[in-house]
Amino acid sequence: MISALGLDQQQFWQALVNGQTGIGPIPQDVGPNPEMGMNQVRFKNGAAVLGYNAETYFSRKTLSFMDRFAQFSVIAAREAVTMAGIEWTEELRESTAIITGSCMGGRFTEEIGYWELFHHGRHRVHPLTIPLGMSNAGASHISMEFGLHGPAYTISTACSSSAHAIGNALWMVRSGAAPLAIAGGSEAPLFLGGLKAWEAMRVVSPDTCRPFSANRSGMILGEGGAMLVLEPLDRALARGAKPLAEIVGFGMSADACHVTQPSAEGAGKAIRGALRDGGLAPEQVGYINAHGTATEANDRMEAEAIHAIFGRNTTLPVSSTKSMHGHTLGAAGAIEAVATVLALRNGVLPPTANYMQPDPDCDLDVIPNQSRPVGAEVALSQSFAFGGLNAVLAFRAWH
Amino acid sequence: MSETIQARVLRVIATTQRLPLEKVRPDSTFEELGIDSMDSINILFDLESEFDIEIKDEDAKKIQTIREMIDGVTYLVDSKQKPQAATE
Repeated sequence: MISALGLDQQQFWQALVNGQTGIGPIPQDVGPNPEMGMNQVRFKNGAAVLGYNAETYFSRKTLSFMDRFAQFSVIAAREAVTMAGIEWTEELRESTAIITGSCMGGRFTEEIGYWELFHHGRHRVHPLTIPLGMSNAGASHISMEFGLHGPAYTISTACSSSAHAIGNALWMVRSGAAPLAIAGGSEAPLFLGGLKAWEAMRVVSPDTCRPFSANRSGMILGEGGAMLVLEPLDRALARGAKPLAEIVGFGMSADACHVTQPSAEGAGKAIRGALRDGGLAPEQVGYINAHGTATEANDRMEAEAIHAIFGRNTTLPVSSTKSMHGHTLGAAGAIEAVATVLALRNGVLPPTANYMQPDPDCDLDVIPNQSRPVGAEVALSQSFAFGGLNAVLAFRAWH
Repeated sequence: MSETIQARVLRVIATTQRLPLEKVRPDSTFEELGIDSMDSINILFDLESEFDIEIKDEDAKKIQTIREMIDGVTYLVDSKQKPQAATE
C-alpha cells in the first residue's frame, strides 16, 4: 500500500483510524518539466504521495523502464508478498496469477513526450514511451520482480479497475485456475493533461472531499497503489499463514444507461451479486466502504442503492475513505479493499472525514469524522465506474 | 447587423446538441431539448470557446435553463469588455 496517507499499510491504517486526510496542494513540480506546472489548473488540491523517493525503491536502470504508476504497483506488491510470508517455489512461480487494475496507466510518461512533440516542435519522443505508457506495465513489472510465469493481465474499467482485478483473482483462486494471486491496482493521475481533463468535467472540489455531506463540493483526485495476496484458505492455514480476512464474494454489473450518470439499479445489481456470490444475507453485512466520491450524482445514487437492499431505515455503518486518500481512480478499488480488510481485522470502522452537514438524500450512518471501535463480521467494498461498470467485493473477518 | 449574443448562444447550443436551430429557443427547457448535466457541461465548454470567457464551476452548477446561459454569457462578455474600454 502506498498512498497519500503514507508509504505503507501501517501508516495508511493509522491515518484512517485517526481520520487524518492526505489532501492538500498538489506539488508544483508534479511533472519533470516546469512548464507542465499546477499553476495552469483551476483546482489546487489533491491527494499526492509525499515523501516518496523512487530511488530508495528501485535502481536507476530499473526506474528508466517504469512510469510512476508501475512503481506504485511493485511497491504495493512487495509489501503484500512480505506480509503474506510467501516463500516462492518453482511450482508457485509457474502458476501464480497477477491481475492489476489501472485507469490511466502510464499516461504521465506519454504526456511528457507529447508535450515536446506538440509544444516544442520536436520530431521524436523517448523510445520507451510505449513500454512505460502501457496500462499493463504494473502487472509486467510485478511478474519480473518475483519471476512469476503464470497468468498475468490488467483490467481497465475506470474507477472500478482494481476491484474488478481483485474479483477476477478471487474467482481464479477459488476455481483452482491459480494457487495464488497478486491482485490490486495503481494510478498516478496527477499530471497536467489529466488534471485539465478532470477540471473540464467540473467535478473536482476547490477545497476538500466531503462525501455524503450536504455541502460537498466534488471529488479530490489521488494517487497510489495497493495489492492483495489471495490464496485458498486451507492452503494459507496449512503453511501457517495468518489471513487478514476472507474474501468471500464478488459481484459486477453494467448500468447500460449513461456514460457518466450512475444508476442505482446497476449499483444494486453488483451489490446483490457480491452477496449472492458470498452466500450472504444483507443483514450479515456490518460495514460498507462506499464508492463515495463526493459528487452529488454518485453519493445520492449510492445511498439509494444501499437503501434499496439494506432497507429504508438501515443503520448499517457506511463510510467513504476517499475523504482521506482521495479518489485514486484505477487504484481506488484496491486501496479501499485494503481499508475494508484492515477494518475487519482491527475491529475499527474508518470514518468519512471532512463531513459537515447531513444530506437528506444520503440518510445513512456515514461514521462522520471519527473512527468507531466497532467490529464487523462481513463488509463490502463498492466501486462504481464511469461508463456504468460496477464491481463490489465482500469480505469476512478472520478470527 | 452582427449576430447578437443570444443568437450566438442558441447557435452554439444547437451545434453542440446536434439540434435544428429553430428548435432551440431562449425559453426552451433542458428537458425539452434532452439536455442532461453532462450535455450542459459540454455546452458551457463550447460557449467558453465561442466567447473567449471562463465560466466558474460554482456558476456552472447553478445553470438550469437556456435563459440563464444567455444571461450568464452576456454578463461575462460585458465584464470582459469593460476593463478593456477603461485602458483605451
